[in-house]
Amino acid sequence: MKRRSFLKGTVASSMLGVAAGAGLLTPQSVLAAWPKAAFEAKSVDGGMEAALGSSDVIESGDIKIKAPDIAENGAVVPITISTGMSGVESIAIFIEKNPIPLASSYDLGPTTQGFISCRVKMGKTSDLIAVVKSGGKLYSAKKMIKVTIGGCGG
Amino acid sequence: MAKKKIRIRAKVKGDVTEIKALMSHPMETGLRKNKKTGEKIPAHFIQDVICEHKGTQVLVAHWGVAISKNPYLAFKFTGAAKGDTIKVSWSDNKGESASAEAKIG
Repeated sequence: MKRRSFLKGTVASSMLGVAAGAGLLTPQSVLAAWPKAAFEAKSVDGGMEAALGSSDVIESGDIKIKAPDIAENGAVVPITISTGMSGVESIAIFIEKNPIPLASSYDLGPTTQGFISCRVKMGKTSDLIAVVKSGGKLYSAKKMIKVTIGGCGG
Repeated sequence: MAKKKIRIRAKVKGDVTEIKALMSHPMETGLRKNKKTGEKIPAHFIQDVICEHKGTQVLVAHWGVAISKNPYLAFKFTGAAKGDTIKVSWSDNKGESASAEAKIG
């Protein structure tokens, strides 16, 4: 029995080696693995834990969310997150009432500034929560955005 | 099949470089239904966007379905000079990918 499981193990590992060799598993894609669990979490806290490792956040006045107060079209809501903090490691954007609250997360390089601008979809009126990871701590800011026409579902 | 296109604008102001990128992608959530047949349209969205300057990753974005159709992304970083190349590439949940390069102006 032991011999059998040993054989199985070797076959599996050599298969992996072949896959890596064929370029199916490039080192880059392994490093920047898409956090599947975080994008499946149905709650803000769950998403935060999966994406950032913790849901302990400190509210900060040093994070600015630029977004419309009332979004006419929920399918396209332009938002800009900026912070004056130094050493920002990552920024995550959560939309509380979306089916999947985590909208996106960004890993920043050492020379990248705390500034992200993108466009998101919002199902209905909700709080938008920006979480900034800096020096191993999480800081957050909130902004309520009213949506008149939803952007999820059809 | 939509055209895989990425439009990049890169500008230096002082020592800060601002990158703006616009990608062509349907960004289907998987929740929408085809109005005629009532069938669900399968999810099709960009998962990872990687922005590189001289081979170093300056930004890695992980996206969910909540990013709008034809996504727009802007960010700033320091340490780049005019004439440097910036590379933006994305990959989606169907294994498709695209990349583009632009010179910083």
